[in-house]
Amino acid sequence: MRIRSGHLAGLAIAPLLLAAACTPAPAAPSATSAPAPAAASGGQVQVGLITKTESNPFFVKMKEGADKEATAKGAKLLSAAGKFDTDNQSQVTAIENMVTAGAKGILITPSDTKAIVPSIKKARDAGVLVIALDTPTEPQDASDALFATDNKQAGVLIGKYAKAAMGGKPVKIATLDLAPGISVGVLRHDGFIEGFGIQNSDPQVVCSQDTQGDQAKGQTAMETCLQKDPSINLVYTINEPAAFGANTALKAAGKDKDVTVVSVDGGCAGVRGVKDGTIAATSQQYPLKMATLGVDAVVDFAQTGKKVSGYTDTGVTLITDKAQSGVDSKDTAFGLDNCWG
Amino acid sequence: MTNVLTERQPEPSVVSRARVSLAHGINIGTLGPLLALLLAGIFFTIESDRFLTGPNLSLVVQQVMVVGTLAIGQTLVILTAGIDLSNGTVMALGTIVMTSLAVNAGLNPILTIALGLLVCAAFGALNGTLITRLRLPPFIVTLGTLNIAFALTHIYSREQTVSNLPDALTFFGNTFRLGQTNITYGSVLTLLLFLIVWYVLGQTAVGRHVYALGNNPEAARLTGINTRRLLLGVYTIAAVIYGVAGLLLVARTGVGDPQAGQTDNLDSITAVVLGGTSLFGGRGGVIGTLIGALIVGVFRNGLQLIGVASIYQVLITGILVILAVAVDQIARRRQA
Repeated sequence: MRIRSGHLAGLAIAPLLLAAACTPAPAAPSATSAPAPAAASGGQVQVGLITKTESNPFFVKMKEGADKEATAKGAKLLSAAGKFDTDNQSQVTAIENMVTAGAKGILITPSDTKAIVPSIKKARDAGVLVIALDTPTEPQDASDALFATDNKQAGVLIGKYAKAAMGGKPVKIATLDLAPGISVGVLRHDGFIEGFGIQNSDPQVVCSQDTQGDQAKGQTAMETCLQKDPSINLVYTINEPAAFGANTALKAAGKDKDVTVVSVDGGCAGVRGVKDGTIAATSQQYPLKMATLGVDAVVDFAQTGKKVSGYTDTGVTLITDKAQSGVDSKDTAFGLDNCWG
Repeated sequence: MTNVLTERQPEPSVVSRARVSLAHGINIGTLGPLLALLLAGIFFTIESDRFLTGPNLSLVVQQVMVVGTLAIGQTLVILTAGIDLSNGTVMALGTIVMTSLAVNAGLNPILTIALGLLVCAAFGALNGTLITRLRLPPFIVTLGTLNIAFALTHIYSREQTVSNLPDALTFFGNTFRLGQTNITYGSVLTLLLFLIVWYVLGQTAVGRHVYALGNNPEAARLTGINTRRLLLGVYTIAAVIYGVAGLLLVARTGVGDPQAGQTDNLDSITAVVLGGTSLFGGRGGVIGTLIGALIVGVFRNGLQLIGVASIYQVLITGILVILAVAVDQIARRRQA
């Protein structure tokens, strides 16, 4: 008699499950190895970290920082992430699972700043400390505390820098933005406009395109903007990948030498871009610091019962090798010492 | 035991062949996935004392109810040898219609739910019409409507998340107590839908016609089944079920989110395939799909409880999907 397909399925899947079982606990899945992970989470403080995605170097650095600090404090880090940048459902699921796992506190970079609020409320009602990292929730006090870059200030810095760098020349501006309705993107954009000393409706802003912070989309956006107005000479970008995409488009059009590109983030690749002149200046932020402060706050809460609250500015620094008088900045050597990714 | 699949039957009619497939789908095809689910459950029970508790199991069901409900509709479509890529974004459009009309236009939430379901049904009817009348491949048609529904969702919502919903819209997120466990009404609705569709597929003529159509559309047509009307009906009913999934999503997250559902099409196909339903149509069923959805949910929850990053759940799901399809292919070759 031949093996029937159903049995075959069972036979095929069984060894795989054993393989899967080995992933968390590398020892053979015998009775003796089983209690190890369970015991490990026994008296230890558990800290949850939920980022927007697993792949962005910013979040990779954040996770590294959290992991290191958790180990140093004798705590255990649980981590999860969305599948794409605006993936609210995965973050909701991760919060629920971490609360069930017994996490004392959850650090989260909200993918959808409004949509996550009801889930954060449930976690807080269950006695979990929830701290937003990098991105504020809407309203901001939906989380216990916020550890983040002042994104408005990050924008203001490059806006002021751009104003000084352009001297008195006539200016045509393209803004390569994030996506509609996402607070980080809006704050940086508005900060840039304010720092430059104009209004959003100013005729000097000739083109605004969304890039999702993605290099390929940044390139497409820049190409489109150059079609619209070839005389663009100042480009604001939401982050450095978008800036590199813009640079590719500018190079192809033979304009990369005449156009000033400013950006926000301060990733290591971005700072190198500032060093080689692709980007004129960038506002550097500090994800490692957000994660370290976050883990400390949760451990402190677990030990003393004290909850942090309000907003903690984790700082932002303008990085450029072509300093302008009247605008405070640091050079790329400083930037490379403090960069992430 | 004799193998029903390899028994030679003299001149089997399409419908009786469909019955054989049906029995296979429920009894044998789901055995592998069920075993996988049980083994995963046993493993996580040993590894974490928080896994096998009423509240946690209730949570897992809550976490799979949206994709699970989408996957019910997807199962119906796949049984006809079709595919529906549009279900996640059609659902998102439904949720925005339900929430935006209620919050921004102040309409009665019961009415807005009905309108949301109607919009979803219209998209299903559009899919079905294009597939049956213009004979376009389902993959292409639903790829098109995926984008149309996505764009309409974003245009209509102006990219704004709708919050402060009236209670009626989040009713299915409310819970009742069973012993020590809070169970959401949404979980009950999901399981009820699975039961209803399981009954219809297995016990009614229409259900058997769906299998017959998936097995051999030409033969099904020759036996007198109105295949066009049946296909149109399948896509439309599937889309109404997506609307119900949307209602569950609203209840679960407490907001109308225009960004929702973008990867739910693939997640629902994953649940269907993990559950042993054949992508070539005519074989499988919704009980397998329920198991498939639960497998994903149990891994995601269990790995988090034992402190393994959620990305490993994605890795394991990927491997299981390939295994499930491989098993289906081998089964088909043996059957042929």
